[in-house]
Amino acid sequence: MTELNYAAPDSLDAAVGMLADAGAGARILAGGTDVLVLLHGDLIEPELIVDIKNIPELTDISVEDGAWKIGAATSGMKLMGHEGFAAAWPGVIEGVALIGSIQVKGRASVGGNLCNASPAADSVPPLIAAGAVANIAGPGGRRDLPVEDVVTGPGQTALEAGEMVVSFTFPKRPPHSGDCYLRLTPRTEMDIAVVGAAVNVTLDDGGTCTAARVSLGAVAPTPLLVEDAAAALIGTPADDAALVALSEAASAACDPIDDKRGTIAYRIKTAGVMARRAAETALERARRN
Amino acid sequence: MPKAHVSTTINGDEYEFLCEPGQTLVDVIRNGLGLTGTKEGCSTGDCGACSVMLDGELVCSCLVLAVEADGKNVDTIEGMAEGEDELHPLQRNFLELNGLQCGICTPGILIAARALLERNPDPTETEIRFWLAGNLCRCTGYDKVIRSVQAAAEEMRES
Amino acid sequence: MASILENSGFNPDKELKVVGTNPVKQDGPDKVTGRAKFGADLILPGMLFGKILRSPHPHAILKSIDTSKAEALPGVKAVVTRDDFPELPLGSPGGDLSRNIMAREKVFYDGHPVAAVAATSEPVAKRALKLIEVEYETLPHVIDPVEAMQPGAPILHDHLRTKGVEGAEDSPTNVVERLDLAMGDVEAGFAEADVIVEREYDSKPMHQGYIEPQGCVANCNEDDQIELWCCTQGTHVFRDRLADILRLDSSRIKVMQSEMGGGFGGKTGFYGEPLAVVLSKKARRPVKIVLTRNEVFRCTGPVSGTRSRIKMGCTNDGKIVAAEAELIFQTGAFTGSMFFNAPHAMFTRYALDNIKTTAWEVVSNRPKVNAFRAPCVPQIVFGVEGIVTELANKIGMDEIDFRLKNAATEGYTTLYGATFGPIGFVETLEAAKKTDHYNAPVKPGEGRGLAAGFWFNRGGDTTGSLTITPDGSVNIMLGTSDVAGSRVSISMMAAEELGVPLEKVRANFADTSAIGNNRVTAGSRTTFSSGMVIVDGARQAIDKMVARAAEIWGVSPEEVTFEDGHCRPASANVGDFEPLSIKDIASRTSVSHGAIAGHSEMNVTGEGPGFGVHIVDLKVDRGTGRVDVTRYTVIEDAGKAIHPLQVEGQYQGGAVQGVGWALNEEYIYREDGTLDNPSFLDYRMPVASDVPMIDTVIVEVPNPNHPYGLRGVGEVPVVPTLAAIGNAIGDAIGIRPQSLPMSPPKLLELMDGGETKAAAE
Ligand SMILES: Cc1cc2nc3c(=O)[nH]c(=O)nc-3n(C[C@H](O)[C@H](O)[C@H](O)COP(=O)(O)OP(=O)(O)OC[C@H]3O[C@@H](n4cnc5c(N)ncnc54)[C@H](O)[C@@H]3O)c2cc1C
Ligand code: FES
Ligand code: FES
Repeated sequence: MTELNYAAPDSLDAAVGMLADAGAGARILAGGTDVLVLLHGDLIEPELIVDIKNIPELTDISVEDGAWKIGAATSGMKLMGHEGFAAAWPGVIEGVALIGSIQVKGRASVGGNLCNASPAADSVPPLIAAGAVANIAGPGGRRDLPVEDVVTGPGQTALEAGEMVVSFTFPKRPPHSGDCYLRLTPRTEMDIAVVGAAVNVTLDDGGTCTAARVSLGAVAPTPLLVEDAAAALIGTPADDAALVALSEAASAACDPIDDKRGTIAYRIKTAGVMARRAAETALERARRN
Repeated sequence: MPKAHVSTTINGDEYEFLCEPGQTLVDVIRNGLGLTGTKEGCSTGDCGACSVMLDGELVCSCLVLAVEADGKNVDTIEGMAEGEDELHPLQRNFLELNGLQCGICTPGILIAARALLERNPDPTETEIRFWLAGNLCRCTGYDKVIRSVQAAAEEMRES
Repeated sequence: MASILENSGFNPDKELKVVGTNPVKQDGPDKVTGRAKFGADLILPGMLFGKILRSPHPHAILKSIDTSKAEALPGVKAVVTRDDFPELPLGSPGGDLSRNIMAREKVFYDGHPVAAVAATSEPVAKRALKLIEVEYETLPHVIDPVEAMQPGAPILHDHLRTKGVEGAEDSPTNVVERLDLAMGDVEAGFAEADVIVEREYDSKPMHQGYIEPQGCVANCNEDDQIELWCCTQGTHVFRDRLADILRLDSSRIKVMQSEMGGGFGGKTGFYGEPLAVVLSKKARRPVKIVLTRNEVFRCTGPVSGTRSRIKMGCTNDGKIVAAEAELIFQTGAFTGSMFFNAPHAMFTRYALDNIKTTAWEVVSNRPKVNAFRAPCVPQIVFGVEGIVTELANKIGMDEIDFRLKNAATEGYTTLYGATFGPIGFVETLEAAKKTDHYNAPVKPGEGRGLAAGFWFNRGGDTTGSLTITPDGSVNIMLGTSDVAGSRVSISMMAAEELGVPLEKVRANFADTSAIGNNRVTAGSRTTFSSGMVIVDGARQAIDKMVARAAEIWGVSPEEVTFEDGHCRPASANVGDFEPLSIKDIASRTSVSHGAIAGHSEMNVTGEGPGFGVHIVDLKVDRGTGRVDVTRYTVIEDAGKAIHPLQVEGQYQGGAVQGVGWALNEEYIYREDGTLDNPSFLDYRMPVASDVPMIDTVIVEVPNPNHPYGLRGVGEVPVVPTLAAIGNAIGDAIGIRPQSLPMSPPKLLELMDGGETKAAAE
């Protein structure tokens, strides 16, 4: 029977040191909304819980020359309440806003959402669509990884032992950009995505799509970056034909499973529907910006 | 098991307790400190019956480790009424408009609703419904819950 | 024993002061301040924490259980297994019950208890569970009831033979019972029909979904007297069943009622409570057991899943001429589904002459089902009311008019043999027809559905006492549990009878040692039945007060009347006496003939059937199959609404439970027979943002057998919901679903004409 200890270091170095020392027995605690469910369901038996919320860098929100940086352990409610960030990345906020209840978002973080590595994590597709980068610290120092490369399978990440995500940085947004995240669940709230779709687009002054990223959640072992769907938009006026192509590409990219939340057929079909709806809203936002 | 020593303030009163590092806050306040007004319906964040305020943030106390409350302020249902005859307007309106049936969800809903009205004194019906989406109620069909919150909000705006 | 108040005294013209108002319920203030004590809230000195070890297999022989390592763990005070329960005969009611709460020869479902531990803390108890070694020999399992009926299906109980089938083979089966009911001549009826509709339906088990998991504290003292504190819908039933399975005298068991955080039928039977009792007996300390939500879903009563085939026919002028049904009910691992309710109630509300039903109850490797509001009825009415609307549409008649044309009225004799007294189905339909909702146009893109429902309402064994204290205030002792405000409603009736303000009346729960038998609070019986015995008690107390006043004045009791809380001379001839208040009389009881109280026990009959109509508008997302309910109205006959706000609450709560059952709630099993969604997150009950306000219309067609005309309002509100939503979806998409829940994938497939599924295959 393992003994559980708890530590809440107040510096990154201390946290990294503890994680390195404890090795496989350590478990990072951000908001704990996944960790506590796993812990009390006896699905994990850590020896050391390292609470990272007391490390200033982990809960900071800042912007430099239009490029936002958010601490990985920032709570959902704090992020949603940050007017500047919310205005810049509405799609990301839509993803965060769909995580659990107000109570859950009072704790839940984007870093935790990503590192829990569920294919259905709601904030991950919009981060991928945004082109966000995870800033990682570990025993070997710091490194950056595009968000789409962090999750490698259900419950698995590319993080090495002792590594943690410190923050996410977002690219500076050109004019006429917009993003959106939509999720399909039977209930309006408190549900896990059957399909999630994020779209981030940039238009030129004439309304032609110059850049796009499309990401899908809950339709494959990991959240997907769907380049074919983006390609369907890029270089087009983002008209109906382009949206149909995007929708088809999204459905085609799916590699889902049948489970209690949805069937393969249902997910494939609705992934296209949701991707198209997300694209329509993202385009509308881009045209307004 | 190594026990952790925690000092915390609950409803303005100072408490100290020992707990196992894995114990949840709801477990300690209910079973350790005997503050059983906070309810536990699922222990997994799904029902909101365990809602409390932690340093001003609305949280599920089943998703918070008791050790995390060290040095923090916790507000529970037991601290909502001010003195004997001074029920909070939310409490009063829930009573008068039958916003509760069995009452097991009520403490969590009241804590959550107060947090809403502190941020947004004039929420729409839709805003109330989405804010309270984390608080399951199986008895009322939510109708009278929502009406009670609306009535309390109106009363609080007027006073 | 009296079964009904000889003269209910029902008087529609009586001016009411308390009944019909909306006072704050007495248990409310403690509930909004967190002081009310629910099942899990009792803490006793020296209390231990109990945890239950459960089977991971859906079907297996329990070969051996070794608890020695768990017993050796410091802090563990008792471990119990099947060996700690008396062995009762297989197939007897006690034998089934005992085997359901603790597996004996076999485990029958995922989560079936095999051992329990009491320890000084919950973590220690959890650790001890892991040290118990259980050897299983797994057996093939069967989850689906239709599969369970097939020859060659895995057999749960070797002793089981189908009841109700003559000349049945003497070989084991999973079919518990076949129930055939008929009246009139269905074949002749269908021969008269111009239009016949026949369809097949299916439904999945849903859970009652109460937010409070079962919690209890048991304490067995050194004299082997057992006290059990728990959230239950029936303290006396818990006591008697405990006595059965533990082979104890009932008088040794005292069951005490906590506040109850929802039950809806699911707390009529026990689960962890007997284990806490036996652990406490062994450990000689109080033991608390609180189920986890996972345990609640896996092991406590869901409702029956069903398969059904229903056929109805009508003439072109709108008369339903015949109805026929074949119904299969899944009861879980043990019998007890109350499936007979379905044939009894499914068509009842229409004055049909020709009905034929066959119903089957089948065991399979799932938890034993338990009651839920109108047990076994809503999931079948889902089909019936679909067909009723379809028939109306086919003959081009307004669907309310069609129902009105066929509505049962006073004097109709039902399939189950009862003849209706005054009932309010016609009035309910007429009220529905007048609602704003029914008269508003359906919004573009939306669909509208309507359905009707019926429930018997119930009476039964009920006891209550009413005591006048020396200061003239009143105490009521109830042995029925309060699921949503019956204490205040009953107090209101007592206040009305006694002519005192409600503040003077306090209702309390009596434990099982303090009051006579009471059936469970279920079937919409409590406010009706306990109300009846308390009114009886109040009237007895009044008679006694009248006698005392007569004595004080030196007149005969006939010369005294009781009015507005005072004894008064019946006429001027009696003499010039100052009226005596209840307090005046009660304050002298110690120098007269002692305390004044009224006590009543009845096996209450005279319940008045209830009828309801639901109207719903909704939108179906064409791209995803998601449903948004946009408007909802419940119209229902309450007989009399004692406390209208609480009656509305019953209507609204029932409707929203039905919305969940209609759209998303279901039990999902994995291939290996384990439950795949035992959490609120995956079970998907409606949250606040899923539903609109629920409008209500309270119809009041009094039940003259009750002093205040009451019927009962707990069950009907969920009966029509599934059908109304099904009909609305049918209206929106052009195809009426036949499978519950009507979840997004199923609706998308219906809209695609099966294309979605075909594409994947
Ligand atoms: C009731 C309920 C509803 C939910 N609904 C949703 C939903 O709708 N959508 C959704 O996507 N999720 C949902 N979740 C899951 C959960 O809330 C989210 O995944 C949340 O974002 C996790 O964040 P956290 O800070 O609480 O993570 P934690 O629980 O603290 O951590 C999650 C995992 O990530 C690791 N981790 C955390 N931070 C870091 C870091 N900085 N670096 C490396 N590893 C780290 C932890 O060790 C752990 O393995 C729900 C959970 C609950 C309880
Ligand atoms: S007990 Fe915490 S959310 Fe249900
Ligand atoms: S009042 Fe019973 S759960 Fe809300």
